[in-house]
Amino acid sequence: MPRTALIVDDSVTIRQMVSFTLKQAGFGVVEAVDGQDGLERLSAQHVDLIVTDLNMPRMDGIAFIRGLRARPASRHTPVLMLTTESQESKRLEGRAAGATAWLVKPFHPDKLLMVIGKVLP
Amino acid sequence: MEIDLSQFRDTFFQEAAELLETMERELLSLRAGQAGGDTLNAIFRCAHSIKAGARTFGFEAMARFTHVLESLLDRLRNGEVEASAGLVELLLRSVDVLRALIDAAASQSAPPPVWEDVTEELDRALAIPAAPPLSPREPAPDRPAGTEYDIRFEPAPELFRLGLDPFLVLRDLAQLGTLAADADCSRLPSLETLDPETCYLRWRLRLKTAAAMDQIRDAFAFVEDVAAISIEPAAAAVPAAGVAAPVAGAPTTALRSAARESSMRVATGKVDRLIDLVGELVIAQSMAAQIMNGFTAERLPLLREAMAEIERHTRELQDRAMRIRMMPVSSIFGRFQRLVHDTAQALGKQISLEISGEETELDKGVVERIADPLTHLVRNAVDHGIETPAERQQAGKPPEGRLRLTAYHQGGNVMIEVADDGRGLDTARIRAKAIERGLTAAGDELSEEQIHALIFRPGFSTADKISDVSGRGVGMDVVKKSVDALGGAVALQTAPGRGSTVRIKLPLTLAILDGLLLRVGAQTYVIPLVSIVESIRVRREQVRDVAGCGDVITVRQEPIPLVRLGRMFQISSETADPAAGLVVIVEHDGRHWALLVDELLGQQQVVVKSLETNFRKVEGITGATILGDGRAALILDIAGIAAMSRGEGLSNAA
Repeated sequence: MPRTALIVDDSVTIRQMVSFTLKQAGFGVVEAVDGQDGLERLSAQHVDLIVTDLNMPRMDGIAFIRGLRARPASRHTPVLMLTTESQESKRLEGRAAGATAWLVKPFHPDKLLMVIGKVLP
Repeated sequence: MEIDLSQFRDTFFQEAAELLETMERELLSLRAGQAGGDTLNAIFRCAHSIKAGARTFGFEAMARFTHVLESLLDRLRNGEVEASAGLVELLLRSVDVLRALIDAAASQSAPPPVWEDVTEELDRALAIPAAPPLSPREPAPDRPAGTEYDIRFEPAPELFRLGLDPFLVLRDLAQLGTLAADADCSRLPSLETLDPETCYLRWRLRLKTAAAMDQIRDAFAFVEDVAAISIEPAAAAVPAAGVAAPVAGAPTTALRSAARESSMRVATGKVDRLIDLVGELVIAQSMAAQIMNGFTAERLPLLREAMAEIERHTRELQDRAMRIRMMPVSSIFGRFQRLVHDTAQALGKQISLEISGEETELDKGVVERIADPLTHLVRNAVDHGIETPAERQQAGKPPEGRLRLTAYHQGGNVMIEVADDGRGLDTARIRAKAIERGLTAAGDELSEEQIHALIFRPGFSTADKISDVSGRGVGMDVVKKSVDALGGAVALQTAPGRGSTVRIKLPLTLAILDGLLLRVGAQTYVIPLVSIVESIRVRREQVRDVAGCGDVITVRQEPIPLVRLGRMFQISSETADPAAGLVVIVEHDGRHWALLVDELLGQQQVVVKSLETNFRKVEGITGATILGDGRAALILDIAGIAAMSRGEGLSNAA
């Protein structure tokens, strides 16, 4: 059964890149522009994987991760956060909020697939 | 890949530049013995990220270079290679090479050949065989077909809540060789008390694999911080090594990267506050609209209040919007550590660089345009200002020279100072040289300030590098021109034998100016407040006609040349007689001029609009602005007016 991924990022560029990569790998993709949007999508459907940026307007990645972990449907869904190198503290915060794994920007699409391979069966 | 990735390239270049800055900073702190716990990891990650990008976009040379660099850095952070002085120098040069490679990629030109040489050096640093191991165990022979490892894997109870699955770790390990797993279920409670979302299991594993430790650790990549993990070779140990890297002798060529100006990072907080303010402004405006709806005279006080509110919000909005473009000077100060360190070393001098106020913020445009002049001043101080340790000791100074870079806010400006405790400059010699160069006459009476200002005049220093005034060499006039172009001012303070300080004053932003509005005939002009000394009404007795100079006004015993703006700009003005009009005294370069105007219209903050995109440069004018009533007013350039009045400008208004 095809798996679905939710990609949450305010950058159109990142969303397009990740979306393309995941579709090539056989995922169905749902996009959201910020944390709030992301939570709304999660209310509407089940996903097998979540990829989220950390710096977003309205609701940032950390708050988004906390929010999704508080819901039964997404308590154990693998969450991959996109961070930049200078954001070590953010990454730790994200981890504390419940993120599963992380990927440092800029990243090669192959690396994205590799990391996903580690957290999804 | 089929995706067109070129759209992401610019982002990569910008991030790579930032990563290199971090890398350089961390390497310098390593050099100074101030490395933190994460320094080596941070350096590694920088190279790692750049490698990822290089591969993504197919930058061959960059990818190959960073690959070798990354391998060396990996060994460094694992403690397999020692961070000797020579190695750190090599790594610093690698940063330079990387910068050059990025520039080449950005400008789509060939990578500079030096990258191959440095790659070779990095290879050598990697290939040096390990010194005798520190551990008492025997060094392992050439890696056998499989080494056995004892692995303990004890995830924390909350593992599942991170969306992690321990079986995926075991699966990854199993792919490296032969895995035997033994689950420890001792912590499993009874079914009634079991919490299905808690991880109770632990594993003891035995893995037989030919894979490197790195790959084994990689299986634990995302569980490392939420599990107790130990990986012990069941057989012989991998030798721990302390390696002396080869000391490279070739001097560094400073390879500077061009600034990529198309975008900038802004703290989300700043943008949020801006958006909030816009919201408040909209509310204030709609309140005013409401008051206007069916307006009666009784509502006038309400309207006034509403307008005041709008003005308040607008002002704050303007302030905040400008702050968006502000970035700390640390972005340029940062590179000086390296520059001073390298140049001092090359010249055999000892110089310590102190930086303070690096968090002081400046408009991005100003920061970018002050970088080169500042570099020039710093280089000068190192090259010419500070003496060799021997000379210093002879002069009774400590052998190590001090160079201080300071930035701070003062009034509506940012001050940047470059101070050294070196040779200083001899005022008398400056004057003599200026006379020799025809910049001033022997009989001229000049204040010390004015003499020092002569250093900045074009034609003061010659094209050769050695200046016999034993101080600043080529380019001070260029520094001054750059600073002037930014609407700032530069001054020199110096004492022979004690040192020199160059003080630069810069406006907080290029876009907004505090100005004095004035009228000449039917035209409105703006003079930057920063140039104004005072405005006075002049008495007939104060005016004299000096042969060869035109009218001169004496103010407090100082003769100041009079400039008739109307005549200079060839428009008809109302006042020809200085005693009948108003005179605005302005300052430039330590000298004063008196501008004759018809009327002063008040002080105002104006938004500066550039004319250069559509019009040829006119001497004496720098930009224009739109006034509240919609008319345009030209902004006067005092430097240009001074030049014109001296007869040196583009147009000589008689």
